[in-house]
Amino acid sequence: MFEPPHNSVGTVTPQLAKFDQPLELESRGRLESYQIVFETYGKLNPDKTNAILICHALSGDHHAAGYHQLKDEQSTLKSVGWWNTMIGPGKPIDTNRFFVVCPNNLGGCSGSTGPSSINPDTGKPYGPDFPIVTVIDWVRSQARLSDTLGIQTWAAVIGGSLGGMQAMQWSITYPDRLKHCLIIASAAKLNAQNIGFNDVARQAIRTDPDFHSGNYYSLNTSPARGMRVARMIGHITYLSEDMMALKFGRNLRKKSKFDYEFTPEFEVESYLRYQGDRFVNRFDANTYLLMTKALDYFDPAAESGNSLTSALSQVKSDFLVVSFSSDWRFAPERSREIVRALQSNRANVSYSEIKCDQGHDSFLLEIEHYVNVMKSYLGRVANELSNQKLSEHGGTG
Amino acid sequence: MIKSLNQSTLTRYDHQMISNWVRPNSRVIDLGCGNGALMSYLQTEKSVTGYGVELNPEMISQCIDTGINVIQFNLDKGLGHFDTNSFDTVILSLTLQAMRRPRELLKEMMRVGKEGIVTFPNFAHWRNRWQIAMTGKMPESEQLPHKWFDTPNIHLCTINDFHVLCHELGFQIESSIAVRMDGRQTLGLRALPNLFGEIALCRFSKP
Repeated sequence: MFEPPHNSVGTVTPQLAKFDQPLELESRGRLESYQIVFETYGKLNPDKTNAILICHALSGDHHAAGYHQLKDEQSTLKSVGWWNTMIGPGKPIDTNRFFVVCPNNLGGCSGSTGPSSINPDTGKPYGPDFPIVTVIDWVRSQARLSDTLGIQTWAAVIGGSLGGMQAMQWSITYPDRLKHCLIIASAAKLNAQNIGFNDVARQAIRTDPDFHSGNYYSLNTSPARGMRVARMIGHITYLSEDMMALKFGRNLRKKSKFDYEFTPEFEVESYLRYQGDRFVNRFDANTYLLMTKALDYFDPAAESGNSLTSALSQVKSDFLVVSFSSDWRFAPERSREIVRALQSNRANVSYSEIKCDQGHDSFLLEIEHYVNVMKSYLGRVANELSNQKLSEHGGTG
Repeated sequence: MIKSLNQSTLTRYDHQMISNWVRPNSRVIDLGCGNGALMSYLQTEKSVTGYGVELNPEMISQCIDTGINVIQFNLDKGLGHFDTNSFDTVILSLTLQAMRRPRELLKEMMRVGKEGIVTFPNFAHWRNRWQIAMTGKMPESEQLPHKWFDTPNIHLCTINDFHVLCHELGFQIESSIAVRMDGRQTLGLRALPNLFGEIALCRFSKP
């Protein structure tokens, strides 16, 4: 019998919310009906004020913490959520104090309506007909999920990378519906270099002969080679040069001499291929294409005369912005731009730049300074909730 | 020097003096805010709003614990982060002497704020003078506990030096006081602040 670690949320079961009200999309597309798969951890208090929304990144999903009950103990252990280090009893996002909700984004491939779902109009998978979804569409769909759960105001909306963009968009689109906004390893927009990397990934997928213009489901195939290359290049950009040097250096897999062949000889080659293969098995290519487009399109300042300060002028929540020194894909400077715009609006914002070697993926890791900052900030969020409770019921006026 | 104090009292004597100079409900930024004690005190007692700036990672979570807004940033990179005239008071408490370019930072302070408050250890305190005179070595004290080769305090100055720089930068000195760390007001301190003051506090504004 599988015994989950005591500081985890244990084994969890995803839930499903179905929506029949059409969702108008930013791309002028429209979803007549859709479903969102999500997980929750902890207990919602009677006032429904202790809820935290977790927004996932490019390749994430609704399974942020705990384990999925699987056929054997080994696979159950491997099914650990992507932010299990951060979410759980006594952890920074403390499930003893908060009710945590993590949905899978629309367009995803983990249970929410996406390109691999059946299009009710045709009875076949959407494939390339699935409309382009953007960050603001996700935020709107998440707001509907909040309504379904009876959550009017989130104690906090938290996200890393693409998830941080959603958190930021929440503070702009629904300023009254969140008290705190935590933007981690993110940016207010991608730069040309970032868009370039994304397009290399997309081209790798779209030029794979097995892509079939996105209609590969019925042919029982998938652009696995393209996906593998896309993931490999993505993975390189999520690590830092120093980290790769430390982890792999020029080490060879087996021998100390070269084979003078094209088989993978260096450790870094086999590592990246392994990462690529793993990804192919769990992720849908059309979803990957959609998610990278959402990243590229995100630019809330564009509608405000390219001024991020104006774009953030209506925010009401408090902010924590976190960046990582070795992250060159979402560099600290991008986070500082957000902080600067918030400061210009006199918003309550704290900012921490975590010194580390692990690159963009640092936001998923247990780095002491990072964990402490998150713990302190969320401790404050939790204390505000109990103080609010005291002043409401304590009769202090 | 550090008494055991309750929550609403400050642990550093110069903080008390600073808070006397800060107007209620004003916009304040505390550069080199340490664990956030001063900013937190000012928020509670004077209802100020604003930010603390600190570089040391260990201090960041402590600052967040106290409930202040803290920005982790290296002051040696200037205050480009902050808009011109966006604060009523800019505080630099016992940090000036550790800056690489104190002159540039002072100019930046007067760009982002209407008024500046700077506190620093007065190097001309008689005990420092005495140590140099008698031992021929760099002075060490409670305020300056480091050896010359590993001290973070790379730009020490005296009260007189500071006044000269303020004058050169065209700042108007509003108040200047010197204190002893025990808080005692002595005749000597009043008569000769540059000789008997351990900590100097200076409030200045734009001309």
